[in-house]
Amino acid sequence: MRIAEAWRVALDALRANRLRSALTMLGVIIGVASVVLLVAIGTGTKQKVEQQVEGLGSNLLLVVPGKIEVGTAPVVSPLTLKDVDAVSRVVGDPERVAVTVASGATARAGTRSDFTTVQGVLETTPAVFTRSLARGRYLTRTDVDTSRRVAVLGNSVARALFPDRDPLGQQVTLAGVRFRVIGVFTPLGQSLGVDRDDEVHVPVTAAQRLWGTQRVDGIAVKAPDRERIDELGERIVAELSRRHPDTEFSAVTQQQILGVLGDILGVLTGVLAAIAGISLLVGGVGVSNIMLVSVRERTREIGLRKAVGARPRDIGVQFLLEAVLLTSIGGLTGMALGVGTALVVDALSPIPAAITWWSLTLAFGVSAVVGIVFGVVPAQRAGRLDPVVALRAE
Amino acid sequence: MTGPAVPVLDGERVPAIEAVDVSRTYQLDGLSVEALRGVSLTVAPGDYVALVGPSGSGKSTLMHLLGGLDRPTGGRLVIGGRDVNALSPPEMATLRNETIGFVFQAFHLLARTSAVDNVALPLVYRGVPARQRRERAAAMLGRVGLGHRLDHRPNQMSGGEQQRVAIARALVTEPTVLLADEPTGNLDSVTGAAVLELLERLNAESGVALVMVTHDQEVAARARRRITMRDGEVVADSATPRTPLHDRPLSDDNGRPATLVPAPSAEPRSASGRGPGHPPGGFGGAAGAAGRLPRSPAATDPAVDAADHAAGGSGS
Repeated sequence: MRIAEAWRVALDALRANRLRSALTMLGVIIGVASVVLLVAIGTGTKQKVEQQVEGLGSNLLLVVPGKIEVGTAPVVSPLTLKDVDAVSRVVGDPERVAVTVASGATARAGTRSDFTTVQGVLETTPAVFTRSLARGRYLTRTDVDTSRRVAVLGNSVARALFPDRDPLGQQVTLAGVRFRVIGVFTPLGQSLGVDRDDEVHVPVTAAQRLWGTQRVDGIAVKAPDRERIDELGERIVAELSRRHPDTEFSAVTQQQILGVLGDILGVLTGVLAAIAGISLLVGGVGVSNIMLVSVRERTREIGLRKAVGARPRDIGVQFLLEAVLLTSIGGLTGMALGVGTALVVDALSPIPAAITWWSLTLAFGVSAVVGIVFGVVPAQRAGRLDPVVALRAE
Repeated sequence: MTGPAVPVLDGERVPAIEAVDVSRTYQLDGLSVEALRGVSLTVAPGDYVALVGPSGSGKSTLMHLLGGLDRPTGGRLVIGGRDVNALSPPEMATLRNETIGFVFQAFHLLARTSAVDNVALPLVYRGVPARQRRERAAAMLGRVGLGHRLDHRPNQMSGGEQQRVAIARALVTEPTVLLADEPTGNLDSVTGAAVLELLERLNAESGVALVMVTHDQEVAARARRRITMRDGEVVADSATPRTPLHDRPLSDDNGRPATLVPAPSAEPRSASGRGPGHPPGGFGGAAGAAGRLPRSPAATDPAVDAADHAAGGSGS
């Protein structure tokens, strides 16, 4: 039997039982749609996080004491501003080097207070991390050099302390010391559940005086070009290691951070897809069930076809195609439903969703494979039917 | 349309079907049931055979074997020159497609499928292109008098018309043997008679051998040859296969079949189930035998009579 003929026969069989075919497909539709939707949500989340990491600034190199590995204890930083100067010499441009010394502190203004992160920084921070201000100005070289007690508020802090007033020129008390607000950051939003607007920037020198320390926690470098970023990192680590032989240093790039985050979110997406895949599997079992019913119902037809010369293979192919057709049509419908739902979710909810070709291809491919896998047993059963018995069936 | 080519071997026509000591045993719940016990017979090209016998006598089992739908558990069965025991299931399917046409009591047409597509079905499995299939199916429907109903579906046709479609389907492949299992069983007498006439006409015109299972005495009486079965054995065979069948008169003056001759036991290919108990007789040929035999078959072989009564009784 020609394959085109077999397709026609299979399609006729599905048409003959429209409602049953539709219900069987529904299992596949739901399975495929959920695979597409959940993968879209996983992918969308991953893309959003990646955007945020990249939004930190391009060609960023973070230098911290200790190893960046899961399970290693944080190291007390031996770095001081002298080390920062040394790193600036390695980089060749102090404008590309930023530092941070951070600690949690309560910020107060009048009767209001907010627990936040106070960061001691250099005036280079906005250039290195690509930050912008909503109001006022950022720290200057002079502010840093003279340990001036001025502060730039993150958007959340500004709203918490000054809900009904312009914060510019107002006083905030950080760890008991008064600072004057000179600027407010543009909001960044949340990233992985962390409020990135919950911070206060003050000159690193003022922060060190505030906490009675000389240390800085980490150094960030904006590399001049992407190609030599790793080499630059190695040179910086070498210089710092020379200056502090007892301490290990690590330099990580955005790519490395993205890699780690990508791995985590990839696993998450995979788990979601696997859960959705189970529903696809259940849909496949439904297909198998209906195909067995179909074979039983059409036993006489099978007997007749065999009597007039259908080989076991001809009958098997006919029923296999029927199963594949069920799952393929279900798969295409499920894809459309999944894509539609993902677009709606992306547009109307805070959950990001991104359609990827691989998820569509995978979902459709899996549904077709499900058709074959779950169609094989009924098809074989049909092909092996004894024509004599089949012709007698009622 | 011409009949199938009849192969010639040593100046003699090769049988369409040859069964030698064929038996068929079923295993049912651990019990062995012998449906056929040592049946030997030959169907010559162009033959017209009625297969009669009471229910459970093995007629259907024999039909299934002759049609290549089933295999014997013992003996040798050669269909169209091929030993079925040497064939795989796909080869059996091809053999059925090329050699055998089936007509069933219940028609077995595909519902939701037009007459012409039903008739064309066997050609699908032969790999004939669609257009050619339709042409041949339409021509065949024309021959059975349904040229005007090509695109009607089975539920839009009468029983007689449906059986004509089934006959057209059986013959569209130009088989050498047409096996009809109670072809008039589901039809009223007038329609049944018309269908029977059609089968006989096609048998005469195209030279396809017609083997028909029937309970109907009148139907059986019209066949040139009658094979009577009982308890899985052939108890009477009215012809020897070597007889040139076309030369024999179809019936005598009274409309009774002329040639209900018990097979001589010396003939291995027409062995009766009862072994060498029958008088060998000096039958040189059926024409001569028809002239010399008593008119009543019952006088020749009481078993035939008994079988006929049983068959007629359950068939009516």
